Amino acid sequence: MQRFLDLLQDIARLWQNYWPGYLNGIRSTLILAVVATLIGCIIGFACGVLNTIPYTKQDRPVKRFFLKLIRVVVRVYVEVFRGTPMVLQAVFIYYGLPYFTYNAVQWPSVWAAAIVVVSINTGAYMAESVRGGILSIDPGQTEGAKAIGMTHVQTMLSVILPQAFRNILPQIGNNFIINVKDTSVMFVITFTEFFAFHRYIVGINNMYFPSATIEMVGYLTMTLVASFLLRALERRLDGSDSYELAQADPLTMTAGTYRRPDPAGGTLSQPPDPEAQDRIRQQRKHGRNRGER
Amino acid sequence: MHSDAILEVRHLSKSFGSHQVLRDIDFTVRPGDVTSIIGASGSGKSTLLRCVNLLEAPSSGQVIFHGQDMTAPGVKATQYRSKVGMVFQSFNLFHNMTVLENCVVGQVKVLKRPKAQARENALKYLDQVGMGPYIHAKPRQISGGQKQRVAIARALAMEPEVLLFDEPTSALDPEMVGEVLSVMHTLAQQGMTMLVVTHEMAFARDVSSHVVFMADGVICEQGDPQQVLANPTQQRTRDFLARFMAR
Repeated sequence: MQRFLDLLQDIARLWQNYWPGYLNGIRSTLILAVVATLIGCIIGFACGVLNTIPYTKQDRPVKRFFLKLIRVVVRVYVEVFRGTPMVLQAVFIYYGLPYFTYNAVQWPSVWAAAIVVVSINTGAYMAESVRGGILSIDPGQTEGAKAIGMTHVQTMLSVILPQAFRNILPQIGNNFIINVKDTSVMFVITFTEFFAFHRYIVGINNMYFPSATIEMVGYLTMTLVASFLLRALERRLDGSDSYELAQADPLTMTAGTYRRPDPAGGTLSQPPDPEAQDRIRQQRKHGRNRGER
Repeated sequence: MHSDAILEVRHLSKSFGSHQVLRDIDFTVRPGDVTSIIGASGSGKSTLLRCVNLLEAPSSGQVIFHGQDMTAPGVKATQYRSKVGMVFQSFNLFHNMTVLENCVVGQVKVLKRPKAQARENALKYLDQVGMGPYIHAKPRQISGGQKQRVAIARALAMEPEVLLFDEPTSALDPEMVGEVLSVMHTLAQQGMTMLVVTHEMAFARDVSSHVVFMADGVICEQGDPQQVLANPTQQRTRDFLARFMAR
């Protein structure tokens, strides 16, 4: 019991002295995670769309070659960035640029490097999620769009991607939450986010456990809020379960009553002229039109 | 050749791998024609219809629209498809849009109509098929027959020259078949050119001006509905009709 009180006391002391540092770390973590997830989604959607452009044997060889090349490039990108640790990618990209240019080109800021690394990493994961999301949409949706003359891009933007987006929203949420936590590896390129501040502070005062407790609570709060917001977004996208009738349905009464064509004509919203119908009925009954008698 | 024809199918064949589904199909659609394509399941009716609007690429042969070969390389299929509407067995309404948006999106994106005009136009056709009250509903909230009526309105809103129907009532409960057939019947009366794959013999007999009977990927018999359905000349047509009427 005493130990818990000590812990609370230590945490209070840490927080009192260093709260601007912790909050700053949270801010950096969140900005990096949000921006990188958004850019990653755009990369993922672009890859997903490029990957699913259909081609047939009738297409020109140049077009077919080009589309195949795109698929190969996307595939290589996905496999490389999904198959290596992000912490290594960060080092690779951050120090690779100056190395190859003999220090002529440097990263403008550690922020830029961090955003690029996390974005392309997220993009690699999202590319596969988006591909799965597009494949999960009934091919009938594509056919319906094609049948009214939409191009591939129009079909994708208006019909397929909005539905795929809804279906992979849980995946996007997953990626965001992973990014909130995994941006902590960006300390290797001296990016100071939430976890990097913890490393800095315990280096000064050795209060490993109290500071780690603050970190745990901080990360959990961020991810819980994120989950809650994502669920709310999902509910909002699903829309209301009810709808308003604009007026009464004139055809409900005719359900199941298809009859032989009626020579009196008339459209569905405007029933045929009753007089004409009556005349025809009389004609059928008596074999002649009563009016002609 | 038929200069007055809207659509001519010439020597059309289609194979999936080594399996030949259509062989040397030949027929003509003139303005105002209502052509019913009948035949047993697997005889290639649906594939033929999908070849006509190029959802399937024909293996050989031509689809000629107003004298122009649509299967020639370099022809934009999208523009052609906007003039040839299609109604599917499984409706294929866009799930992410309301009934009204379903009928507006094609006009705005493909025909580049202003939104207000597209909306007005969509409302006109939705009213015509009796779906005016449901414009705010999502496809998942309405019945099968209603979905199919919306699908018809969506095709009509593009103001196509020909309307293709791929077994439009086959996925419907029996009590919903009537409302869809009524709509199609009215369209036929208004002079819409239609090409209908159907199992509704009453519709083929009463509404269509031309009946095509298919068996095993070839056109076995075609002509006037009275002649094909009442006095078929081919034994296969007689067998098919006898089986159908016996049900």
